[in-house]
This record gives sequence, C-alpha cells and structure tokens, in this order.
Amino acid sequence: MARSIVQEFTKGLWDEVPPFRLVLGLCPVLAVTKSVENGIGMGVATTFVLVCSNVLVSSLRKVIPAKVRIACYIVIIATFVTVVELVMQAYAYPLFLKLGIFIPLIVVNCIVLGRSEAFASKNGIFRSLLDGLGMGIGFTLSLSALAAVRELIGTGDLTIWEKPIQVFGPSYQPFSFMVEAPGAFVALGLMLCLMNLVGKK
Amino acid sequence: MREMIKMLIVLTILATLSGGLLAAIRDGTKDRIENQVLEFVKGPAIRSILEGATNDPIVDRFQIKDGDVERTFFVGVIDGEPRAVTLEMFGKGGYGGDVGLMIGIDTKDDKLIGVGVTTHAETPGMGAKAKTDPNFVEQFRDLTLEDPLNVTADGGSINAISGATLTSRAVCSAANDAVKIYEKLKPQLAEKLKEFNK
Repeated sequence: MARSIVQEFTKGLWDEVPPFRLVLGLCPVLAVTKSVENGIGMGVATTFVLVCSNVLVSSLRKVIPAKVRIACYIVIIATFVTVVELVMQAYAYPLFLKLGIFIPLIVVNCIVLGRSEAFASKNGIFRSLLDGLGMGIGFTLSLSALAAVRELIGTGDLTIWEKPIQVFGPSYQPFSFMVEAPGAFVALGLMLCLMNLVGKK
Repeated sequence: MREMIKMLIVLTILATLSGGLLAAIRDGTKDRIENQVLEFVKGPAIRSILEGATNDPIVDRFQIKDGDVERTFFVGVIDGEPRAVTLEMFGKGGYGGDVGLMIGIDTKDDKLIGVGVTTHAETPGMGAKAKTDPNFVEQFRDLTLEDPLNVTADGGSINAISGATLTSRAVCSAANDAVKIYEKLKPQLAEKLKEFNK
C-alpha cells in the first residue's frame, strides 16, 4: 500500500497522530502538559529531533549494519537531543527550567526511536523528512490540545508564551486537580475516547 | 569477521562525529548559558539589591580567590562610582537544605545594602516567603556591618518569618558569613574596584 508524498506528511496529523493513535511517548505527554507553553516547547524540541534523526537514519540506512542499528539510532538521537538541550539553555532558559529532565528524556521517547526503526530505516530521505515533520507537528498539536484543556480547567488561564492570559476571569475557581498528575491521566483518557468517537464513523 | 569490523567502524565513526559536533556546540553556547543561568537564577536578587545601579551588575563581575574557592562579586555602579558589590553565600540549616542568599555591601560606607534569596528548597507559603515576602528582606536594608545579624528569638533585631525560624536563621547566617568574607577580602576587593574605575 504505497502512500503518496502528501499522505506521508498528513498521516502524522490525524491517522497516526503519535500520542492518541500510536499511543507512544506518553511520558512527556502526561508530565509536561501543565501549560500550553510547555506543550509547545516540548513539541517543537521533539519535532526537531524527529526530523533530524529521521533524515540522518534514512541517509545512513544502507551503511548501518543491521545488528547494531539500534545502537546507531540511539547515538544519532542522543546527539540531536543534546543539541536541543544546549540551544534551549542558551536561548530559552526559563522554558528549559520548566521542562527540566524531560528534554534529555526525549532520547528514550518511543516515537523518535519508533519512527527511525519503523519508517526511516526503510524509506528514502525525502519521505522520512516528511514523516518526521508530520509526526512532530502531530505530536506538538496533541500536546498543545491536551495542555490547553488541562490548563484552562485547572487554572482558568492559557499560557501561550511567558505571560498567562486569563480566559475565565478572576472569579473563576480553579479546579487544580486537572493540572496535577491524576488530571493528566483523566484528560488523556477523555481525549482518547473523543478521538475514537470521531474517528469511528 | 568482516561484518564485525564493519560494525566497529560504523559505530566508531558515528560516535566520533557526534562527540565532535556536541563539543563544538557546547563551545559555542557556553558563555551564553553561563549568562542565562546568572540572569535567571541570581539576576532578580542582584537587581533588587542594586536598585539604583546604572550599570549591568551581571556583566560587570569578577572573581577573587579566597583560599581554594573562587568568589564571584557583582559590581554595582551607584552615583557614578563602583561602590557596591554583591556576592552569593549559602546559609546552612534551612528547613529544606541550604538557602542561597545574595548579599549586597556598600564598600565605601561599609554597610549592608540589602539581601535577596536566590535558590532554596523551603516550604511554599512558609520558608519560601524569604524569597517572596518583601517585608522580610526589607529588614536587611542599610545595616551596619559591625553587629552580627540574628533573629529576635536569638537576641537579634531581625523579625523571623512566622513559622520559619530555621529559614530566617539560615538567611542571617549567610549574611554574617558574607560580611566575614568581605572583611577578609577587602584589600583585594578594593584593588579590583580601582581597576574597574578606569
């Protein structure tokens, strides 16, 4: 079942959107989605790593020996993750403080390794680039959507960039359960349910 | 056998390239990261202490060797003179560990300008007020260096944060340590500040 170039890109946005359809990489999904800002930051960082590692893995796919392929992928992925970490420290330090340990943890994010193994190692460079980009954007959008729900209900604000915007006004009583860990599971479960309902048809 | 060698070569080359790339990026971002850490972790405390300074104290910093440790001083130019310095000390015995405190000293009048908490692990709403409650740190403004600082419970003049005597004590002890170090390093400090004047 050959896909067209466009489908290679768009499948990451809906049909195979990572956290909801593939149900991969849930650790950052649950942990950092306290505010939209964190969600976007995490999503952009992961997208960068996905695109770069997909392109590199795909271009080296004929050189890398099958027996050590996972080790090679990890070296490639870890390199790009460290690049992201350093650049984020240098240019967006407040965001780095908030995301903290979850940036280095992108290395073990199943989406990144999963795309290298399942897609980039079998497809051409251009298709891998589109696949990484689509998956990354899908991941970013999912994180932002989940974060928006949690932050809006949990605090009544939306933080897109640095300053929170009050949506419900000062009289809103925050339902802070939603910004804590159990709220993440509940929100994720409800969103999965919603996705399945919409996709059922 | 050939496969073995190929594996070795590929992995070695990959790891080498990755190491080289990371070293290059680290070199390129090192200074910026250091500045960012200073700006966001220590910057707010420094700026609140050196309110009237006309320079950027984070850029105008220098180090003085004190035995084995390097102490970093941030200089504030007040009334056209580099007369204020701030340094960071860690007060032992806070409720959640050491309390990082930035202490500002006026080298001309020999007095404490003010203090500000930088890093801490105190309880939110209790000890953490040392950082957020302006009334607490206000007490450290314009004090002489002669009398050691103490909370009222220990016979001093500082009103401890209610429910957080340990934190308040840690802040006082950090301030006292800073004064000791200042007295000790005064000659070197004066020299450095003179250089700065040019």
